Amino acid sequence: MMTIAASRILQNEMICFVGIGIPSTSAILAKSMHAPDLFLVYESGTVNTNPQKLPLSIGDGELANRALSVVGMPDIFNYWLQPGRIDMGFLGAAQIDKFANINTTIIGTDYRNPKVRLPGAGGAPEISGACKEVVIILKHSPRAFVEKIDFITSLGFGSGPGSRKAAGLIGNGPSAVITDLGVLKPDPKSCELTLVQIHPDVTVEEVKENTSWDLKVANNLSVTAEPTQVELEKVRSLVANSRS
Amino acid sequence: MSLAEAISLHVQDGDTVALEGFTHLIPFAAGQEIIRQKKKDLTAIRLTPDLIYDQMIGAGCIAKLVFSWGGNPGVGSLHRLRDALSNSWPRPLDIEEHTHAGMTNRYVAGASGLPFSVLRGYGGTDLLSKTQNISHIKSPFSDETLLAVAAINPDVTIIHAQQADRKNNVMSWGILGSSKEAVFAAKKVIVTVEEIVDEFEPHHNSVIFPEKLITALAVSPRGAWPSYASGYYERDNNQYIAWDEVSKDRENFKLWLQAEVFGRGEK
Repeated sequence: MMTIAASRILQNEMICFVGIGIPSTSAILAKSMHAPDLFLVYESGTVNTNPQKLPLSIGDGELANRALSVVGMPDIFNYWLQPGRIDMGFLGAAQIDKFANINTTIIGTDYRNPKVRLPGAGGAPEISGACKEVVIILKHSPRAFVEKIDFITSLGFGSGPGSRKAAGLIGNGPSAVITDLGVLKPDPKSCELTLVQIHPDVTVEEVKENTSWDLKVANNLSVTAEPTQVELEKVRSLVANSRS
Repeated sequence: MSLAEAISLHVQDGDTVALEGFTHLIPFAAGQEIIRQKKKDLTAIRLTPDLIYDQMIGAGCIAKLVFSWGGNPGVGSLHRLRDALSNSWPRPLDIEEHTHAGMTNRYVAGASGLPFSVLRGYGGTDLLSKTQNISHIKSPFSDETLLAVAAINPDVTIIHAQQADRKNNVMSWGILGSSKEAVFAAKKVIVTVEEIVDEFEPHHNSVIFPEKLITALAVSPRGAWPSYASGYYERDNNQYIAWDEVSKDRENFKLWLQAEVFGRGEK
């Protein structure tokens, strides 16, 4: 459901910065359905990428062989990302707070001796900084949706309105957080993440139980449309193809 | 020159080394030769310290790691890296952590002969207070405050490429990541290649490294395995998955090291 919900927000002709996993699956799904001209940029250097199966890693040969061009990383980060050319960036996270700041660095508060060492920043801080909008995809759980994250790897809305500008970020920041339970969007005034949509058969209580802060719920809460037969078939065939 | 000679001559204990290649063309054979020769106290630079640096960390070659994303790509964590950070096994490991944009621009500065590069980066992150070699800088032409990242000039950069010609020029194609910048930034450059050819054929998205840039060249067929070399072989994903088990446990890792690295000569 996360994959399908994410694919639906991708519009044709958008320039989209994608990572491996659900973002990639969503983008490939969107391209095969309503957004054939979606322009995919991967941080490994592939520009206008048209993968037919799910890449194993961010620099998979499948991406390079099916791209308009393959460029070096200075091109990707300095020329594509930094000036604000990318419409939408996709990020994952280990922890997120109510202002959509995310952590992919450490669990625990002692940087030199963390409880769990995570991979780190990769491209995320600048993706979060410079894309016109950012969509964050992660599973809902009280350990992931926390009051205070252990490390700010990528800034969402900092401590509220004005934080992004103060930090020198040119992009508009996170526009949606898509989880296995629903969709959260930042309040236009306070920037606080608010539950705006739940997936079929999910209750608001369930979402609240899986969020460690007191989650605000939109008055006009909607329910995600059931996956269509076509969407389900496409996802299944993508996964099946990629195994062979 | 053989790979063993190239490493023996050009990599010294205590050197700053960069083995580059972004999921593609990772110089595994060269990294394992460094392990075999028991090089130590290295400062190891790489955007994505994946399996090869996990192996070098576990073998005790690395004193400090400078990086931007440390994981087993598409699989999970690096257990040797975690063990070194948490338990100082087999030796303490210092880290200096950046972002991909930051690391790339550090190489660009090094390649350009400048002390630093400027970018809009690390904005609002905790990296700003935790990591070294970054500093805010005021634009002389506008009111903006930007980020400066210090140049990296490795003592040795090592890359793997597809081909060299008879004059030691090197051709590489496909995803190159920050390899080109790491080559230009280095004081010495070691290149391993799949094969020597009489003449290069044009390839989509290819880069040529003229022999002037290269200190030592060694032929190392399948030298990027288990990563891939476009036009030669695919990524051996089972190895990446298997590494998770091999590296989880110190004893397993030591057995692997004996059998697969010390037990074998240069591939």
